[in-house]
Amino acid sequence: MSAFVWLTILTALRILARNRMRAGLTMLGIVIGVGAVIAMVSIGEGAKRAVQAQIATMGTNVIVIFPGVTSASGVRGSQGSAMTLTVSDAVDLKKRIPLLSDTGWAKRDVMQIVYGNRNWNGPINGISPSYLTIRDWSFTSGGPFTQTDLESAARVALIGQTIVANLFEPGEEPVGAVIRIKNVPFRVIGVLAPKGQSAQGADQDDVIFIPFSTAERKVFGTSFIGSVGAMFGSTDQVEDLPAAAEQIREVLRARHRIQTDKEDDFTIRTQVDIGKVQEGTSETLTMMLFAIASVSLLVGGIGIMNILLVSVTERTREIGVRMAVGAKRHHIVMQFLIEAMTLSLVGGLLGIVLGVAGAKLTTLIAGWPTIISGNVILLAFFFSLVVGLFFGLYPANKAARLNPIEALRYE
Amino acid sequence: MSPLIECEDVWKIYRVGDVEVQALRGLSLTIEQGEFVAIMGSSGSGKSTLMNMLGCLDQPTKGRYRLNGIEVGNLKPDQLAEIRNQQIGFVFQSFNLIPRTSALENAQLPLFYRGLPLKEQRAQAAAALGRVGLRGREDHYPTQLSGGQQQRVAIARALVTSPSLLLADEPTGNLDTQSSQEIMKILETLNRDEGITIILVTHEVDVAAYAAREIVIKDGQVLSDHVTQPRPTASSVEG
Repeated sequence: MSAFVWLTILTALRILARNRMRAGLTMLGIVIGVGAVIAMVSIGEGAKRAVQAQIATMGTNVIVIFPGVTSASGVRGSQGSAMTLTVSDAVDLKKRIPLLSDTGWAKRDVMQIVYGNRNWNGPINGISPSYLTIRDWSFTSGGPFTQTDLESAARVALIGQTIVANLFEPGEEPVGAVIRIKNVPFRVIGVLAPKGQSAQGADQDDVIFIPFSTAERKVFGTSFIGSVGAMFGSTDQVEDLPAAAEQIREVLRARHRIQTDKEDDFTIRTQVDIGKVQEGTSETLTMMLFAIASVSLLVGGIGIMNILLVSVTERTREIGVRMAVGAKRHHIVMQFLIEAMTLSLVGGLLGIVLGVAGAKLTTLIAGWPTIISGNVILLAFFFSLVVGLFFGLYPANKAARLNPIEALRYE
Repeated sequence: MSPLIECEDVWKIYRVGDVEVQALRGLSLTIEQGEFVAIMGSSGSGKSTLMNMLGCLDQPTKGRYRLNGIEVGNLKPDQLAEIRNQQIGFVFQSFNLIPRTSALENAQLPLFYRGLPLKEQRAQAAAALGRVGLRGREDHYPTQLSGGQQQRVAIARALVTSPSLLLADEPTGNLDTQSSQEIMKILETLNRDEGITIILVTHEVDVAAYAAREIVIKDGQVLSDHVTQPRPTASSVEG
């Protein structure tokens, strides 16, 4: 049996080598199909990995709590428009919920920043020092402000890379410089390390941090002292996020005296929730690309079937001779199946080369991140094998069912 | 020992559209091991149908056909293939070699389906080519061989399995006189020296003259059956 299979493979290769042009054109469908699957999935995986990296810039195991919306005579404001969350909420949450390793809070507004003869409109964030650790901000120079700065409402600022680029000359050291925010002078004490885009596409480096108390009293002019724009919490373990979120909800409802039939006046989102949405999008993208590419594999398979049917007709007499000298049905079936699978496998291998090259080229030319996984290559290879088997089956059976007498007489 | 071929009241009936064609009509025939038989008849006499049946490519509609004591009528396609592979060698008018495949590989073909190890296949095929005088032509392709040489490759292919029956259907039909004589001499030698049973279909009298027995078929029945030469003693195989 093994001698038979081996010789049949050799014969199939020889027949394909003889009709190089035809074999090449037949394989093209599979080559393009497999190539497309690999290139597309690599691009999709690359996009997914990029999104994951963006989500990681949020910090580690972060929970975000936004205030609810205002509602006046049925007209509802935008998300976070209500001033229902306060600093004391955040402090109390940390005290009451042991799962939370820390809580922080922030309030933001876009304002003009002036340095020397330059100005820039950027988001000013009044934050608690704990916010920096929760969101994993690090520094390229200088360092964070302290609890003392918060309590004394110190006029110190931490600035992001985009601010540095827009206010300072290249090479100029921002730490120690005095910038003015709404005409209030601030001393820059730290430059933040870059984070790049957020998962939503916002520039995370276009940011200025100042102590929350300073922001409230000297910059924003808030009428409702103690209200925050958002609160943040973090847990040590990612598995604790849902439980922590639920406990936060209970504590806040109790603190806000919300009756059981009323809705929350805040919204809680965990990093896992945000990640799921974003990854879901790229997952959908990957699946779609995969589906499109699979269609070309299918077309390639039909091409193989077509050529094999032609081949069966052309070689009717040969099939008759083979039957006359003792070929059984399975011998004939095997012969054509092996030919089909040789076609699809060679096509698959070429497709893998094409797909990997395509993915690399995409990274090189378009600059998109791509990830070529061994699994996809294996899958594509397996797929091309199945395509050969599936689309070879019909022509092979057709050949095996020929009547030897008629086949021998066929002109 | 039972005769090699026993046909008893064999009928073969085809349906072509609405028309019923009776190709064989109650034909009976016995051929012993080691015989050299020529079957003659005009076209439409049923001799092709008879050949297909004797070669186990076809089965009778009615009646019994036994080859080496095996009842062929009830066998399934794969069993027929097995019998063809084990017992029968075919030589066709149009050679029917597999194109773009070397003489050796063509001669190997029946052994290939027997599942012999590759080395043995090659050795036996080379030996068979030697027996028909084609030593040194193993790697030639059919297009590189003359008609006579191609037919000799076909004979080697038929011989390679040491069959009990060699069926030659107009083996000289596509050949010139000289090649025809060569081919017939080879067949004659195989019959005389190796005791291989040969059944030859032809409509050429001088080709039929090589055979020891001549059967004429007409309208699906045996019209005449007579010995034309005394059988040489060397050809009788005693079991």
